[in-house]
Amino acid sequence: MNPIIEFKDYTFKYRSQEEPTLRDINISIYPGEKVLIVGPSGSGKSTLAHCINGLVPFSFAGTATGSLSVKGENPGETGIFGMSKIVGTVLQDTDGQFIGLTVAEDIAFALENDMVEQSEMFRRVDEVADIVDVKKLLLHAPSELSGGQKQRVSMGGVLIDDVDILLFDEPLANLDPATGKRTIDMIERIQKETGKTILIIEHRLEDVLYRDVDRIIVIGEGRVIADRKPDDLLSGDVLETQGIREPLYLAALKYAGCTIQPETHPQHIESMNLDPYREQVREWYEHAAFTPNEKKNDIALEIMDLDFAYISGNPVLQNIRFKINKGEMLSIVGKNGAGKTTLSNLICGFISPDKGTIYLNGSDIAAKSIKERGEVIGLVMQNPNQMISKPMIFDEVALGLTVRGVEEDKIKERVNETLKICGLYPFRNWPVAALSFGQKKRVTIASILVMNPDVIILDEPTAGQDYKHYTEIMEFLKKLNETLGITIIMITHDMHLMLEYTDRAIVIADGELVADDSPARVLTNETIADKAYLKKTSLYDLAIQCGVEDAPGFAERFIHYEREIRNH
Amino acid sequence: MKMKFGIKEVVATGIGTALFIVLTNVQVPFGIVPNTALQSRVAVITFFAAVFGPVVGGIIGLVGHALGDALFYGGVWWSWVFPDAVFGIAVGLFAAKYAIKEGGFCTAKTIVLFNIVQIVGNAIAWILVAPVLDIVIYAEPANKVFMQGVLAFIGNIVVAGVLGTLLCFAYSKIGAKSSGLKKED
Amino acid sequence: MARILTYAEKNTWIHRLCGVTKLTFFLGWSVIGMLTYDTRVLMTMLIISLLIFKVSKTEWKQVGTVFKFILLFLCLNLLTVFLFSPYEGVKIYGSRTELVHLFGHYTLTIEQLFYEFNIMLKYFTVIPVVLMFIVTTNPSEFAASLNRIGISYYIGYSVAIALRYVPDVQSDFIKIKHAQEARGIEMSSKAKLMTRIRNMASIIFPLIFSSMDRIDVVSNAMELRGFGKHKKRTWYYSRPLKKNDYLTIAFVICFAAISLTITFYDGSRFYNPF
Repeated sequence: MNPIIEFKDYTFKYRSQEEPTLRDINISIYPGEKVLIVGPSGSGKSTLAHCINGLVPFSFAGTATGSLSVKGENPGETGIFGMSKIVGTVLQDTDGQFIGLTVAEDIAFALENDMVEQSEMFRRVDEVADIVDVKKLLLHAPSELSGGQKQRVSMGGVLIDDVDILLFDEPLANLDPATGKRTIDMIERIQKETGKTILIIEHRLEDVLYRDVDRIIVIGEGRVIADRKPDDLLSGDVLETQGIREPLYLAALKYAGCTIQPETHPQHIESMNLDPYREQVREWYEHAAFTPNEKKNDIALEIMDLDFAYISGNPVLQNIRFKINKGEMLSIVGKNGAGKTTLSNLICGFISPDKGTIYLNGSDIAAKSIKERGEVIGLVMQNPNQMISKPMIFDEVALGLTVRGVEEDKIKERVNETLKICGLYPFRNWPVAALSFGQKKRVTIASILVMNPDVIILDEPTAGQDYKHYTEIMEFLKKLNETLGITIIMITHDMHLMLEYTDRAIVIADGELVADDSPARVLTNETIADKAYLKKTSLYDLAIQCGVEDAPGFAERFIHYEREIRNH
Repeated sequence: MKMKFGIKEVVATGIGTALFIVLTNVQVPFGIVPNTALQSRVAVITFFAAVFGPVVGGIIGLVGHALGDALFYGGVWWSWVFPDAVFGIAVGLFAAKYAIKEGGFCTAKTIVLFNIVQIVGNAIAWILVAPVLDIVIYAEPANKVFMQGVLAFIGNIVVAGVLGTLLCFAYSKIGAKSSGLKKED
Repeated sequence: MARILTYAEKNTWIHRLCGVTKLTFFLGWSVIGMLTYDTRVLMTMLIISLLIFKVSKTEWKQVGTVFKFILLFLCLNLLTVFLFSPYEGVKIYGSRTELVHLFGHYTLTIEQLFYEFNIMLKYFTVIPVVLMFIVTTNPSEFAASLNRIGISYYIGYSVAIALRYVPDVQSDFIKIKHAQEARGIEMSSKAKLMTRIRNMASIIFPLIFSSMDRIDVVSNAMELRGFGKHKKRTWYYSRPLKKNDYLTIAFVICFAAISLTITFYDGSRFYNPF
């Protein structure tokens, strides 16, 4: 059989860059294969995808050497329109890809451009809507859909062209874990039913491996580092050295001193043969140190019986009550639309509760204005580009003080001090535009920190970032928490984040508080995980299958052990 | 002149119009005569016209103003819709000269040119087109509509001059190569 | 943020009309309303507008807020007209019937009252039609309609994108405004002019710049799905014109012809009862 996609000694350099982004790529992908491409940010994996669908070199100019053939065509000659009949691309940004005013129009978009007759369009849209399970939503506008639903519409929009290859560019980046799982299931089903070739680019390896893939290609610094079957790849140490997050159960096995053998099929925890490892895992569990964190008792923030509804009779939040201690670092989790953001809007005073009280350091803050609350509770938005309004870093960080009329000398002192804490001092005279996404995120945190708040709320602090940048940001937040004693609240659906960096998770589902417990307990409790659209962690399965009954305890020890390693 | 109207321009027009509509009632009152205020949406049309050219600028003015008025205020005052389109076209005519995306909006010469264009554009739109249309369509008293036109002119040159210039300048910086930056101790 | 008008699905014959018919009607109606100043024509138009409004089963709560705003705006405008030019009516109608002396050189005349009554009529004839157009036209049909009346589909589609992204941009705006308010930036403060402008910048700059990123994503997504491949495109939501559509279009054309004839019959666009 001939490969459907074949790169031969392929090198590509963007016009705006000095060095090639892809070097000497040799990859063959055969019809009907399902291949996962992983690699850290900036490794060139997205460029690889753009070479296949023709965005390179037509939208992103540059020069290529070597050869590339996709179903016999050279994308560099066939062009984006020609390639769109062969390759269907599902982008990471579900809002950007949703172009139509309604679901039906968006699915029909490619047909409209091809001047297909209306009756034919109706028929095919119906057909595809069935495949991606959005039949009931055909008349809905994008603002009425969840992220997962939008993504299914995007899949429908490319499936309608009857393409041979489906290319998914970080499909899980904006989804909660349970929805991500559904996406992977749907990709699996589409492949089984239609026999299409599937390429998935993603750094959330464990989540993609929830269903079988044929091969994993690892890209690092523009080169193919590995191109192997999952069982082989997972047994080696390529992932670790490339800075890609291994599946948690494998990390745990390695901590227990096991050497993973490909014959034990490490691709899925459910079907992995754990016989050779059981003993070691149990032993590790019994000896692993675990000291619960000492409880702090000063209350920073207290929420009492909070109710809120945008439209009366349709509550968004009901009877929410919890306390947050000073210096805690905790997560508020739950599926998209569960009311997490509404809760942070209530705390910041953007909206007022229908009932209930919010106490900060023991006093009711109902009477305080948004601005007054902003001095003690800082809010960091998910997208730093939506927060930064000054061209220069120093001015951006100084903004909060400037508008409060602080003296210039004092501002300079505070800003420089904050920039030093955030590791941005060497860049203080740079324009913000010259910074990377992660550095911009730091700038936004610095611009809040400069006001010396007691509490910082971060909305999805790690969304869309790879393991390396994720770790950087989280370690930085942890340092702030430990050295300055700032209470940090993170709104997230990232399970790794809550498990590894927070001691407590407040779980909100359908407007109600369903759990307030340690993340390890939340993520090993199937009922709660389901309600909050989270996923049970694979550590749970590992523990149970190895005969460790205290699965939460096992997860807690794992986290503790990992933190110890990281700190040394 | 940037007369090209490809996919990027289609999207820029769409998103620009959406921004213009959303910012319709985001304004700081200025004087007591109705329909005059420092309008933030003026910054949107100025910036988009300067970056993407006269076609994009003109459509944002025409469609954005008509739809914005219709959605927020339930009426369309055509005599004030067309001047916005005229202004968008005027600023956009010189888009190639500003070279904002290419990082060209950093010299004093370009900034002066841009401001001359925006002032002349605003003058044509608000001191000429708007009052004349008001008189022709609505037969409103000449002194009243010229007074309103002048107020709109002043408000708009302030917004376009300050916010427009800053937006173009900042965006030009993003496009320019940020070489020569050194970390300092 | 003020309540903005939105399309509401209902089943009346007005809702069932094609988008292109309603667009033609709306534009035609606007043109007549702009050209004429004939009180008889304006009164007829007002009555027809109100009838249409009634038939479209538009409810008060859909348009109430907006309507109150228009009323306030209108009153202010009428007052300004009077303050700037108290004898505009006298000039137009060529006679002067004084009612009452107010103050200074301001005397209220019947001609002025009649003239301002006509201005009001002129606004009122169009308002119900605009309201009706917005609340009864499915936005999905809008782009197809523009294309149908001869506007390039590129431009038609840019209007569709605008309608598509208004809710997204609006929620981004609110998010950004909140975050900046928490940092202490308020736009509606009693601060000095320059400070107000600076605060306005702090809120709209991030909005505009993050939208520039979105332009790249959306245009790539459109290109990947073949937008602009051919000289024409079809529309999922376009509908064929039916009997009622032709009747409506015929009506607006006839009405235009008749009313403009009546208006300009005597060489002046004003109807002069004096």
